[in-house]
Amino acid sequence: MNHPDELLYSKSHEWAKFLDDTTALIGLTDYAQDALGDLVFVNLPEVGDEVTAGEAFADVESVKAVSDVFSPVTGTVAEINEDLLDSPEMMNEDPYGAWLIKVENITDREELMDSGDYVNFYENQE
Amino acid sequence: MKLIFERGHEGQGCTVLPEPDVPEFHLETPGRELPLRLPHVSENEISRHYTELAGEVHGVNSGFYPLGSCTMKYNPKVNEVAAALPGFTGIHPLQPVGTVQGCLDVLKRAQELLCEITGMDDMTMQPAAGAHGEFTGLLLIKAYHESRGDKKRTKIIVPDSAHGTNPASAVMAGFEVVNIPSGADGCVDLDKLREAVGDDTAGLMLTNPNTVGLFDRNILEITSIVHKAGGLNYYDGANLNAIMGIARPGDMGFDVVHINLHKTFSTPHGGGGPGSGPVGCKAFLSDFLPGPQPVWDGDDLTLAMPPRSIGSVRTFYGNFLVVVKALTYIMILGRSGVADAARNAVLNANYMMRRLRDIYHMAFDDVCMHEFVMSLENMKHDWDVSAMDVAKALLDYGIHPPTMYFPLIVHEALMVEPTETESRETLDEAIAVFREIYELSQSDPERLRAAPSRTSIGRPDEVQAARKPVLRYAFPDGWK
Repeated sequence: MNHPDELLYSKSHEWAKFLDDTTALIGLTDYAQDALGDLVFVNLPEVGDEVTAGEAFADVESVKAVSDVFSPVTGTVAEINEDLLDSPEMMNEDPYGAWLIKVENITDREELMDSGDYVNFYENQE
Repeated sequence: MKLIFERGHEGQGCTVLPEPDVPEFHLETPGRELPLRLPHVSENEISRHYTELAGEVHGVNSGFYPLGSCTMKYNPKVNEVAAALPGFTGIHPLQPVGTVQGCLDVLKRAQELLCEITGMDDMTMQPAAGAHGEFTGLLLIKAYHESRGDKKRTKIIVPDSAHGTNPASAVMAGFEVVNIPSGADGCVDLDKLREAVGDDTAGLMLTNPNTVGLFDRNILEITSIVHKAGGLNYYDGANLNAIMGIARPGDMGFDVVHINLHKTFSTPHGGGGPGSGPVGCKAFLSDFLPGPQPVWDGDDLTLAMPPRSIGSVRTFYGNFLVVVKALTYIMILGRSGVADAARNAVLNANYMMRRLRDIYHMAFDDVCMHEFVMSLENMKHDWDVSAMDVAKALLDYGIHPPTMYFPLIVHEALMVEPTETESRETLDEAIAVFREIYELSQSDPERLRAAPSRTSIGRPDEVQAARKPVLRYAFPDGWK
């Protein structure tokens, strides 16, 4: 399983890539996509929506179930990755390329882990 | 097998309708540029087509069907006999009420018996199925708060083990959903519930026994917490089969309940429908019920709208013939038989669970109610055999798979509900199959991953089916 060093990770299995202090891309981790299985649908927020750290901002559907995706940060949705709407499989194939949303004006964030801590976290969780 | 459009050939057909005895009249149908595309088949081709189709499906008439939380019990044939009586089938919903007294009596009696079973005071038979009942029940709760001028109650509390229809119905009814996590025992976490309630709580939706097959021992405390906060309690009747005739939602503190006649009261479902989801309520909500309702007017029954009705939620009186079947079932079982059915449902589930727990990991290893949940996480981890693989392998043994990957709080879940209508022999056979599959998961996991091999179609590509569904038949070129 692949968890790049330059990203930060949440306990609910999202990654955040900070582009600067107040802007970040948000996606699902490799662990999350593997646990969910083949994703067939994603529901994204709209540009301009507010997201709150720890609260759901999107949902993804696999052949097993529908799951909420939680935001690791508080801010405003600047962009959504519209390619995912037609090709949700990108989240399985390239979880770190397939960002879901770009958040700007970030004012708060959850306690996030680096990749080493994240791997420890989910291995102990199992 | 062939589709009906692939059978027969042009020019073939059959005449099932008599010659018209009135002059033919051709309707001008605007918008249609091509004639209707109908199959060209003779009567015996049609008959063979449907006979072949019937052989493709697995229902409760074919074999064991332990689909968790769906209560796939056997549907006694006498129900069908009652529902086929011409006095029930030959009526029209707009007929004068004086000519359908017997039918209104069926609705009234079914309401009374179901109220007695659930501990409710009044009931509507209109909702067409469970989720429709949830929606109707939530509208009652909304109407109640609004009638008191209490407009800030906008939130419905739903535990994370709930059926997915609960939050969906709450949103449909205009509420905001507050999810509360279950405790380690699979039941409602009382502290989390206390934190969640407040003066914005419209109500709580709960299934008891819950979706992991456990009766929530704190149920009185739970409903009291919600009541003290000013909210109402909604009972999802999905799992009523485990307690009917023994414990009543009305006595547990619930104010509104829906019942799935098509689960608990032995009317067909799962392709054999239609369903029926009556909603019962306590007396203080009675005025808000949908209508028209059958009411006594002297010695006669008539139809009337409740004074502050939320309106109709379906045309006329619901799926009437389904109610006839459910009433037949209840009256044949009688007071003691209803409770016996629940006891045997619980006994059967516990028997299967006890005979499997030494090899299959039980998500909540306790005395269960009518169903139990196994977690195949270890099998997945150790031998890469998933709940899906086991479910598919069961098909090869003529068993319908249990509910898979539900509830969501259990990983690699298989949820087994044998129901009371299965004999000990059937349960023993199924137990032997589960044990054999467990052995195969170590000795021949490839076979499980490739299952099923004995069914007419193998393992469909669910991912492709969801991502790129083919929903229309492509007629061959030149097809007329």
